[in-house]
Amino acid sequence: MMPGWQVLLAIVGLTVITVVTRAFFVIPEREVPIPTWLREALRYAPLAALVAVLLPEIAMTDDHLIATWKDARIYATAMGVLVFATTRNLLGTILAGSAVLLALRLGLGW
Amino acid sequence: MTASQRLWRHPEFARGARDMTGISLGIGAWGLVTGIAMVKTGMGVPLCVAMSLLVFAGSAQLASLPLITQGAPLWVIWATALCVNLRFIIFSAGWRPYFAPLSLRHRLWVTYFMADLNYVAFMKRFPTPGAMDDQLPFLWGGVAVNWTAWQGMSLLGIALADVIPTQWGLGFAGSLALLGITGTLLIDRGTWIAALVAAAAAFAAFALPFHLNIVVAIAAAVAVGVLVDHFSPPAALRPAPGSDA
Repeated sequence: MMPGWQVLLAIVGLTVITVVTRAFFVIPEREVPIPTWLREALRYAPLAALVAVLLPEIAMTDDHLIATWKDARIYATAMGVLVFATTRNLLGTILAGSAVLLALRLGLGW
Repeated sequence: MTASQRLWRHPEFARGARDMTGISLGIGAWGLVTGIAMVKTGMGVPLCVAMSLLVFAGSAQLASLPLITQGAPLWVIWATALCVNLRFIIFSAGWRPYFAPLSLRHRLWVTYFMADLNYVAFMKRFPTPGAMDDQLPFLWGGVAVNWTAWQGMSLLGIALADVIPTQWGLGFAGSLALLGITGTLLIDRGTWIAALVAAAAAFAAFALPFHLNIVVAIAAAVAVGVLVDHFSPPAALRPAPGSDA
């Protein structure tokens, strides 16, 4: 965990990123064409960033791949994937995955 | 009558609010999860409240939380959030013809509140730029519902997370939300390939310091994705077998 002032600095930077990305093409007074490379990168960059951040969260413990079957995250993730694949419903995915996690954590101590 | 009274008494304000009401349940749930996930990083309630009220971008917040917990360098946190927020840059190009008559300050102020669903609702209501007197009340009506649902539930999540034991693992709901968001982006062969490349690269480069594996994963996935785009034209453009087109 980083010190509080550093988290605050991170938050200030994230706020600037929100303001600048939401306003980007309305900032200049004159019309600016959207470059092709930006359009192409847009298709893949957000997806790649999410996958790269998400994987260690669901598949790793202390910098190593999960090495036991008794980890509630495996089953919660599997349930989330199953529900999303069948319903494409975000809320259902969160609820079903959390329910499995909670049941295994509290019931079996995984 | 003051300017703000004129705004919220305008019939388009109610219409804008109504158009967002149906989806506000989903927005609220997403906000609740983000509020809980923020507290579970251990950054403390005041910073969680500041993050919620200032950053106001759910996916970017959730993506930055694990990096903050693990003490990643600030520039990696910001680069990751920037990538997650790239879609807003494209939306901003869509806003441009509508907001061109406004002052720079007004433009920055309005677009700050424009979440994904505000964009979708507005473009459905005003497919072409119309009278600013109708557009702005509609927008602020939508913002009133979206912002209140999001921030209200996010703050509720922050308040409840301190009471709910960490051992219940509710912070994992944030990861499940990211999982679903990732799923919505997997729409064709190119995006699936890019996701697999990002996953492989993120693992392969995991030993790199400063969470550079995230930067490597993004670079690799964008490069491969763009290559896939350029070397496989849409089926309609490909000559049919046997034809000499």
